[in-house]
Amino acid sequence: MLAREVLQELVQVLGAENVLTEQEDLLTYAYDATAAMKHHKPDVVVSPLSTEQVSEVVKIAGRYQIPIYPRGSGTNLSGGTIPTQGGIVLSMLNLNKIIEVDQDNLTATVQPGVIIQALNDQVTKLGLLYPPDPGTVTTATMGGSVSECSGGLRGLKYGVTKHYIMGLQLVLANGEVIRWGGKTVKNVTGYDLVALFTGAEGTLGIITEIIVKLIPAPETRKSILAVFDNLDKAGNAIASIIRNKIIPATLEIMDNATIQTVEHFVHAGLPMDAEAVLLVEVDGYKEVVEREAVLVEQILQAEGSVEVKIAKNDQERDLLWLARRSALPALAQKRPTTVLEDATVPRSKIPDMLKAIRKIAEKHRLLIATFGHAGDGNLHPTILTDQRDEDEMKRVHLAVDEIFQAAISLGGTLSGEHGIGIAKMKYLDWEFGEAGVAALRQIKEALDPNYLLNPGKIVRRD
Amino acid sequence: MSVYNSLDSITDELHKCMKCGNCMAVCPIYKETRQEVGVARGKISLVEYLLAGELDMTEGLADRFSLCTTCMACNTNCPCGVRFDKIILAARAEAVRKKGLHSVKKIAFTALKMQRLFDLGMKTGSIFQGVALKHLPHKSDRIARMRFDVGIGTEKVFPMLAKKTLRSEFPEVIRVNNPKMRVAFFTGCMINYFYTDIGKAVVEVLNENDIEVVIPRGQGCCGIPASVNGDVVSARALAKRNLRAFEKLGADALVVACSSGGTAWKHVFTELLENDPEFKALADKWAAKSYDISEFLIHKVPFKKEGLGRVQRKVTYHDPCHLNRGQGISREPREILNSIPGVEVIEMKEPGRCCGMAGSFSIVHPDLSVQISDHKTADIALTHTDTVATGCPACRLQLKSGVENAGIEEEVVHTIQILAESYRAGKKANTLKKGGITPN
Ligand SMILES: Cc1cc2nc3c(=O)[nH]c(=O)nc-3n(C[C@H](O)[C@H](O)[C@H](O)COP(=O)(O)OP(=O)(O)OC[C@H]3O[C@@H](n4cnc5c(N)ncnc54)[C@H](O)[C@@H]3O)c2cc1C
Ligand code: SF4
Ligand code: SF4
Repeated sequence: MLAREVLQELVQVLGAENVLTEQEDLLTYAYDATAAMKHHKPDVVVSPLSTEQVSEVVKIAGRYQIPIYPRGSGTNLSGGTIPTQGGIVLSMLNLNKIIEVDQDNLTATVQPGVIIQALNDQVTKLGLLYPPDPGTVTTATMGGSVSECSGGLRGLKYGVTKHYIMGLQLVLANGEVIRWGGKTVKNVTGYDLVALFTGAEGTLGIITEIIVKLIPAPETRKSILAVFDNLDKAGNAIASIIRNKIIPATLEIMDNATIQTVEHFVHAGLPMDAEAVLLVEVDGYKEVVEREAVLVEQILQAEGSVEVKIAKNDQERDLLWLARRSALPALAQKRPTTVLEDATVPRSKIPDMLKAIRKIAEKHRLLIATFGHAGDGNLHPTILTDQRDEDEMKRVHLAVDEIFQAAISLGGTLSGEHGIGIAKMKYLDWEFGEAGVAALRQIKEALDPNYLLNPGKIVRRD
Repeated sequence: MSVYNSLDSITDELHKCMKCGNCMAVCPIYKETRQEVGVARGKISLVEYLLAGELDMTEGLADRFSLCTTCMACNTNCPCGVRFDKIILAARAEAVRKKGLHSVKKIAFTALKMQRLFDLGMKTGSIFQGVALKHLPHKSDRIARMRFDVGIGTEKVFPMLAKKTLRSEFPEVIRVNNPKMRVAFFTGCMINYFYTDIGKAVVEVLNENDIEVVIPRGQGCCGIPASVNGDVVSARALAKRNLRAFEKLGADALVVACSSGGTAWKHVFTELLENDPEFKALADKWAAKSYDISEFLIHKVPFKKEGLGRVQRKVTYHDPCHLNRGQGISREPREILNSIPGVEVIEMKEPGRCCGMAGSFSIVHPDLSVQISDHKTADIALTHTDTVATGCPACRLQLKSGVENAGIEEEVVHTIQILAESYRAGKKANTLKKGGITPN
């Protein structure tokens, strides 16, 4: 429970309507989209309307040593917004203005509560694009996706969120407001704090304004579907497309378990016995797209795909993508609990990783379906289980451990895009070693010595 | 087990929810409040906490459950197929079971006041109207503003009470020569008390298509305002009353012109009466032959195209949630509009976005209701049409209030009224022609 004077001070700064204290409201901020994660009720939820208010809230929290949990839309998959120590949930959703779109400098300046799709709706009118497109573009906030450094389907060609963040306004743990970076392409003034805060999951400071880079929207696109009866062949095909110097906007893979579930769900005409399907999309100028689509088709055939389909029109394209977009929902309907991981390996190791996952599934008698962004090595092994089954959950945790071990031993990483949060904190030393974890901790303590900002995430306090 | 009887009926729906938050993208309430409790995911969690015993059924909780227009947009956008409409109905019914009707006292209280006001109005006629409502002179709709606040604010523009109720204006059986069919018309309250013009258009169009219409006197409220707020007992009584009234007169089919009535006859009555074998059978029987008027005129008895006269209107169509997502009817009204000579249909940006009326929702949350409505009004304004057509009198009220307050010149009517207008125009042209005069 918070002391009465804390609440009074918060109300004074924010107005009563922006301070939630009733338990029926608080409990709805006790969770996020992460499966099988214990929920925790915050003591208060506040929704500031300005940077100054954010700064005031941080100062109050500092005075009374109360933890602050920043929150966007709460769609992250690593427990990043769960207020594990109670305290203040800082909802950024009322800071939802697109401040400026600058066509001359190809930048946009937004508040953190802006939904990614809202930004894109605005800039597509000008023929521009903000490329990062996590599966949650229509719900996730800019602040949340910057803090998770979200990826998405276009990572291979267009990169991820961090490649588009040029400047930030930040509220530090002491309540001071700073700006870093800006509209210039080149900027080497001081340490690159913009890079540091991108992907920091709200543990180092609160983001209150974001300057992003925009690009001209590609003129057109074309989608190709290829079916494989062998995982290695699919893996070789991925490598071969890249070796031929074609960089598709998207290059997705689905394994047999995913194909079977998806096919039951949407009847998209996927062959049930296929070992893998690849879904490729090339985009750019019309002439280039036409040429690349044919090249991709030839490469896929040469690599032994048993069937290659090019979508002839938007309708056919939509049908192909329906299958891919249905992957997670279809899997999620199969069992009550869906544990979605995002272990990532160099793209040449995709077949090895897929085989390792299959072995782990067999060993622990679990249903694991894998799909993901093959082009950038980011796989989503998805464990379909039931939270209420204790024995099975034990095996799930063992399997998750082994999936991470496999990814790291193949030269990969724990998380490609979903972040560390609470969920992957304990694995950090596998990737960084003790010294690496200590370095992380030193950075955290330099910026937030009292562990007030999103404590219990990424860095464990010793 | 139906959602009206036990919270256990929805445990499977709850398990399906993976907390992805996709519902946030479409929820009209969440878009306004940006508070988690507004969206389906938030209320689902509350029901889960309740079931787990972590939260008691409090009035505060019942208040949170009132934060939903039951627009079903979240159902459609949910990747896991969660039927949130079932969850919210079950939660509200549970609230009333546990806390009694006073958990929804504001709704019950205000609704009661309104009902008394209306009945009084029917008795005292224009005197009442003068006292309670301030008439706004207008060309087509008889509308007014509340002079005093009965709990819904004075901003909302209301239709004037009809001089006579629809049901008192017609005999119980309206005969035609050589009837093809006998159809029973469930009027619903709004059409009976306020929008008798919609009711008259329904009768007119059906008669025009050689259909005998019966309007059972014994019918009453569809009970949706009660069942939606968890007052299962009242809803059940109303369901029985209506079934008895229609059974007494009998008909080959039943038509409605409001989305609540359609929902009630097609789905809710059988669910409410699942433990009453006799009435359950009746409810099933009538459910199988219940149609929305536009559905009826497209699929059951295709309406006559000859005799349709010219109607000069630019029309945009608003999809009522419970007609569109609730009953899968969105193509039919457009097909009717498109077949009327002279009518130009111009779609608005999100025709399926909730208008924010949602019956008693607009009484309990008047400000939120208006905020939601403002988006709709803005979308309508962008179409530069002169008419908004819709399939539900409750939506008509909300849409009219919206355009009126925004100062937009726009008539708001039910689709069936434009069809009736077209038949009328056809007849007029025909008489003129017979008289040797060619209309230009
Ligand atoms: C169905 C589904 C599909 C997904 N698909 C993808 C995908 O394809 N790619 C991908 O990368 N991710 C994906 N995600 C994960 C998630 O959508 C993203 O991480 C998302 O960008 C998070 O945004 P949010 O607004 O919900 O942030 P939240 O979940 O609210 O917050 C995320 C983190 O950011 C912090 N934070 C939020 N706002 C601020 C701020 N203003 N200042 C400082 N810290 C802040 C929070 O404390 C938290 O640690 C998916 C999730 C779901 C449920
Ligand atoms: S979209 Fe469906 S599964 Fe996702 S949070 Fe909402 S109700 Fe739950
Ligand atoms: S039914 Fe409509 S108002 Fe209710 S939670 Fe779903 S989207 Fe929101």
